[in-house]
Amino acid sequence: MVGIVGYGAYIPRYRIKVDQIAGVWGADVQSYRKGLLVEEKSVPAPDQDTITMAVEASKRAIKRAGIDPREIGAVYVGSESHPYAVKPSGTVLAEAIGACPEVHTADLEFACKAGTEGMYLAMSLVKAGEIKYGLAVGADTSQGAPGDPLEYTTAAGAAAFIFGHDKILAEVVETYSYTTDTPDFWRREYQYYPRHGGRFTGDPAYFKHIIGAGRGIMAKAAIKPEDIKYVIFHQPNGKFPLRVGELLGFKKEQIEPGLLVTYLGNTYSGSSPLGLTATFDIAKPGDLILIVSFGSGAGSDAFLFRMTERIEEVKDLAPKTRETLEGPKVYVDYGTYAKFRKKIRKANE
Amino acid sequence: MPTPARYWREIPQRYRLEAGRCRRCGFIAFPPRLICPGCRSREFEIIKLAEEGRVISYTIIRVPPHQFVDQAPYAVGIVELDDGVKLMGQIVDCPFEELRTGLRVRIEFRKIMEEGEAGIIYYGYKFVPA
Ligand SMILES: [Zn+2]
Repeated sequence: MVGIVGYGAYIPRYRIKVDQIAGVWGADVQSYRKGLLVEEKSVPAPDQDTITMAVEASKRAIKRAGIDPREIGAVYVGSESHPYAVKPSGTVLAEAIGACPEVHTADLEFACKAGTEGMYLAMSLVKAGEIKYGLAVGADTSQGAPGDPLEYTTAAGAAAFIFGHDKILAEVVETYSYTTDTPDFWRREYQYYPRHGGRFTGDPAYFKHIIGAGRGIMAKAAIKPEDIKYVIFHQPNGKFPLRVGELLGFKKEQIEPGLLVTYLGNTYSGSSPLGLTATFDIAKPGDLILIVSFGSGAGSDAFLFRMTERIEEVKDLAPKTRETLEGPKVYVDYGTYAKFRKKIRKANE
Repeated sequence: MPTPARYWREIPQRYRLEAGRCRRCGFIAFPPRLICPGCRSREFEIIKLAEEGRVISYTIIRVPPHQFVDQAPYAVGIVELDDGVKLMGQIVDCPFEELRTGLRVRIEFRKIMEEGEAGIIYYGYKFVPA
């Protein structure tokens, strides 16, 4: 048996409301609030990046797992905002949690699904018996170009999962991946901001891949939507996950516990993984939980978990995701946000 | 500005708060030392410092060294950790009007500074409100 033995979430304390962004660009705020169901998003502090958030989320996962970090045999960080172009984020993470030097490390990239890619690798190595524990993190400090619709949702956060054979809190029942070549969103080397295909990001990209992976995993596991307690989809906005859930036959009550985007924004590689942590926080032993990620380019990974008794013992050992989201926040205006996110060009010193 | 080599040597302290505790008298040295200043023993064990504590003194830096100019103004404080060790560091994510002695804080992993656009990024501990 293989499964998750520890999980942790990290969300920065700073927030910006969509009104602030719409006000600067003269955009209609209602089209974002009502149309995309986003109210505010998290903003990383100037001294935070994918690595620092990955470290904090991983420390929380280790607390819940209650394991010696030296027993972690693999560390994977999935992100589209690795601080270095060359030098893996995983090296700093592994060192910070005390997993070095007997550890395999790699950074992964796949737009918003890099986090679940890491989960798939860590899980598979544990299953193969190559490692005792494997850590996978989805983390991003994603950026949208000023004034671009993406700027209203690109947010920051991290979720970490430790896979193992023993001390399992969520058993992996089934997995399924669905990938095609679909150019819906991309960023070329040396470009600061990504480009996207506008409406093309919907039907042939997000919906096709999530529905493909969702149907695929349910067929493989021979279960129906009503057998599943909670489901988490990638959340680039509030509308898409509710709509794709409906198309797959899920009810709002199954989706809402893991739907964080309205007050968090799209944390890219952290998006559906953070939704999964919020769902674990409220899950009961025996619950079946489905997560389907989506990464532009494009692909979806699906995992079906069954919660064990151990979830009750570990839930309270680290901060819960919704409490972190609702916890002490500091709101910033657009000017501060632009400074924090280095959107203001300064003179060379 | 520290060199990459010095930064690298200090990683166990900057990342993981590793200290040396004297096996004979219990003195905690951070960073670790070779000889205990209390009892002259050379036998230390590696321990990790507590991750929470309280602010015992602080100040606001408005005219910082050049590599911290973009961060100014910022708070620096001395924190007494729950294991009694006193540690100096930046206090972040805390509006200045909420800063006070006695404030409960915990340690978070943050960027300390960057060597310009092309140099290495220095990571380490800072304090945030608990
Ligand atoms: Zn001594």
